[in-house]
Amino acid sequence: MSDTLEKVQAIVVEHLGVEAEKVSASASFIEDLGADSLDTVELVMAFEEEFGIEIPDDAAESILSVGDAISFIDSVKK
Amino acid sequence: MINLREKKALLTGASGGIGKAVARELIAAGANVCLTGRNEEELLKLQNELGDNADIIIADLSDHANIISLVKEAEEKLGGIDILVNNAGITKDNIFLRMSDEEWNDVIDINLNSTFKMTKAVIRGMVKRRYGRIINITSVIGVAGMAGQSNYSASKAAIIGMSKSLAQEVGSRSITVNCIAPGFIETNMTAGLSEARKEEILKSIVVKRLGLPEDVSGAVSYLASDSASYITGQTIHINGGMLMI
Repeated sequence: MSDTLEKVQAIVVEHLGVEAEKVSASASFIEDLGADSLDTVELVMAFEEEFGIEIPDDAAESILSVGDAISFIDSVKK
Repeated sequence: MINLREKKALLTGASGGIGKAVARELIAAGANVCLTGRNEEELLKLQNELGDNADIIIADLSDHANIISLVKEAEEKLGGIDILVNNAGITKDNIFLRMSDEEWNDVIDINLNSTFKMTKAVIRGMVKRRYGRIINITSVIGVAGMAGQSNYSASKAAIIGMSKSLAQEVGSRSITVNCIAPGFIETNMTAGLSEARKEEILKSIVVKRLGLPEDVSGAVSYLASDSASYITGQTIHINGGMLMI
């Protein structure tokens, strides 16, 4: 399990109040984890803070699942 | 008595008539306030009068690049923003058939577009902290219309619509979004009206006087307070009864 996945999972669990097992890489924030559109904005803000990165609005809109978040974060951190 | 102690407020258009009254009201209620406007001299005077709880930032909202840095600076000075009062506004009156693109665009840009940009810049922090009060100063003209003010009325009506949509989006985060629609208030904006025009306007005002900035500012501090947490997406009309909704 990558470091990014662990941190992303922890943020999602905390923000959405879901069980950690449900937060798989393929889980969609809205469809699988019950997030609303404002939750997704908040998640992106939390990722920005945790990883010290900036996620522009157009990139943020394409982050729909846990896996999307992880690959975006890993791509900027490299 | 309205208590805004520990609350942090950002106010635009603070050097205007209504702006000054709102600044005094927020300070009197105990808030820390960051005042912005274009008129440095007026703002400095106001800061002198209001004391340590008032910070000022000179900014011209027609330059949208300023807005992001203005909000960042205000957030740093205040340590977050709980209350945003979008009060900055201008008029460039002309009858519709003669209205230039420039007159139209300038008014839409300052009144509407800057309200969008300010609110967008501030609301991220509010969502994160799960608390916020957005108060937009609109106008009776945005609801009733007025010959010669199609640009102004369009901008003010649009703010009311924007506020209702935004209120629906952020209500779950304990953020309220409301408008105040003043009628004819004695400020620089209405000082240019001819006596004859004022007489005519007075006929339609039930309480038979023009409003004072203080007639408006009390509603701002009320909407900003915790007592108003169940009011959102609304427009409070303060117009001496000239328009009853």
